[in-house]
Amino acid sequence: MQGSISDHGTSKGLKMGTTIIAIEFDGGVVLGSDSRVSAGASVVNRVMNKLSPLHDKIYCALSGSAADAQTIAEIVNYQLDVHSVEVGEDPLVRSAATLVKNISYKYKEELSAHLIVGGWDKKEGGQVFATLNGLITRQPFAVGGSGSSYIYGFVDAEYRRRMTRQECQEFVINSLTLAMNRDGSSGGVAYLVTIDSEGVEEKCVLGNELPRFYDRDVVEPAKTEKV
Amino acid sequence: MATVSVCQYQPRGFSFENCKRNALLEADSTKFGFNAPAARKTGTTICGIVFKDGVVLGADTRATEGMVVADKNCSKIHYISPNIYCCGAGTAADTEMTTQIISSNLELHSLTTSRLPRVATANRMLKQMLFRYQGYIGAALVLGGVDCTGPHLYSIYPHGSTDKLPYVTMGSGSLAAMAVFEDRFKPDMEEEEAKSLVRDAIAAGIFNDLGSGSNIDLCVITKGKVDYLRPHDVANNKGVRTGSYRYKRGTTGVLTKTVTPLNLEVVEESIQTMDTS
Repeated sequence: MQGSISDHGTSKGLKMGTTIIAIEFDGGVVLGSDSRVSAGASVVNRVMNKLSPLHDKIYCALSGSAADAQTIAEIVNYQLDVHSVEVGEDPLVRSAATLVKNISYKYKEELSAHLIVGGWDKKEGGQVFATLNGLITRQPFAVGGSGSSYIYGFVDAEYRRRMTRQECQEFVINSLTLAMNRDGSSGGVAYLVTIDSEGVEEKCVLGNELPRFYDRDVVEPAKTEKV
Repeated sequence: MATVSVCQYQPRGFSFENCKRNALLEADSTKFGFNAPAARKTGTTICGIVFKDGVVLGADTRATEGMVVADKNCSKIHYISPNIYCCGAGTAADTEMTTQIISSNLELHSLTTSRLPRVATANRMLKQMLFRYQGYIGAALVLGGVDCTGPHLYSIYPHGSTDKLPYVTMGSGSLAAMAVFEDRFKPDMEEEEAKSLVRDAIAAGIFNDLGSGSNIDLCVITKGKVDYLRPHDVANNKGVRTGSYRYKRGTTGVLTKTVTPLNLEVVEESIQTMDTS
């Protein structure tokens, strides 16, 4: 290729410097994200829900440029609506991921967004697909966004196969907390979506309800002795 | 008999044809001794808030061209539909034209559906248009209105991303206004309280941001009623001159006076009406 379109990444408007994570368990998936949208040094939205529904039981987690990610999610939502009417039943998670991949790959020079697709269908159960840069790969779990760099070690060490639904939710919350603590572009509240054969459960964990980890500057309240 | 018409195919999207020429002109401009004209921006404070019965939108009224105030009382709250209004920050022409285009399309849509338009529809139309132009249309908008599903407020950024929130601020004075909101916003406020809060937020932008100034405009939208308060608050009154530079008649002495009548014939009289709208 002669020369790629340069200077496209410099001012792409709002960035969702983010932490997103998705993990599958036997019977479903758990997706999690932080809630910060930044424009330079300023936070323009501190409560953005980056877990966007593509279909009833398929969600995607958005990261990268806010405009690009939102647009891809909305286009794929529309395409999946049409597709599910054509096949007459709920679409496969792989179909959703493929639609996301098609857009990400075709416009890979112009777009700068990464979507992680997770959901449940009756053929394969819970699945998580990563679609970074236009590839599509099914993984037991996937992390993405600027905050993910800080937790690769944690997720690699803590992940065990065949975790239960409850353990997966705790895994996601712990990962998000650690990433939000270290990454300046991630923060706010943690959003969680759990999808299984029964339905979708959406949860929002506020900042003060997140787990506390070792922090040198946090002063434990002194235990005063009472007479 | 067939007529042959030559139709030039109009490619969709932004036309980049003149960009090379413009770049060369700008590079050579110092040779000719002039600078390219700066786009007039509305360095601005705009904000919106959802209260119990609807939404309140607020804006300042200063339009700047570089470091000069081009318009001391410009209107930044634009009409989209009878129940939806939109504040615009960024390039003045872009916000003006974008809101007019979407207002026109929304009216056609409303006639087709025989329903009052929804705020979410206006939001979709605006974000899809701005995304298509990849941020080259510099319009940052605060869109608010009341429809059959209730009051809604959106902020729309030039690259095409949107946020749906209970309170939003945009423009160069957005940080000052957001500080006021974060301090005093409560859900389900009364109308007077909401108007006072928006007024204070815009005032914070006017007094603490160089790009914002002059008066405060408010637009209160409730179910079935719109109050367009322009101006709601004249925060900056023009100072009153304390002295007069007019000289009394007779200050300059008259030495001689000659009157020469000019006899002119009226040959033709024509009237041209001026469009003063």
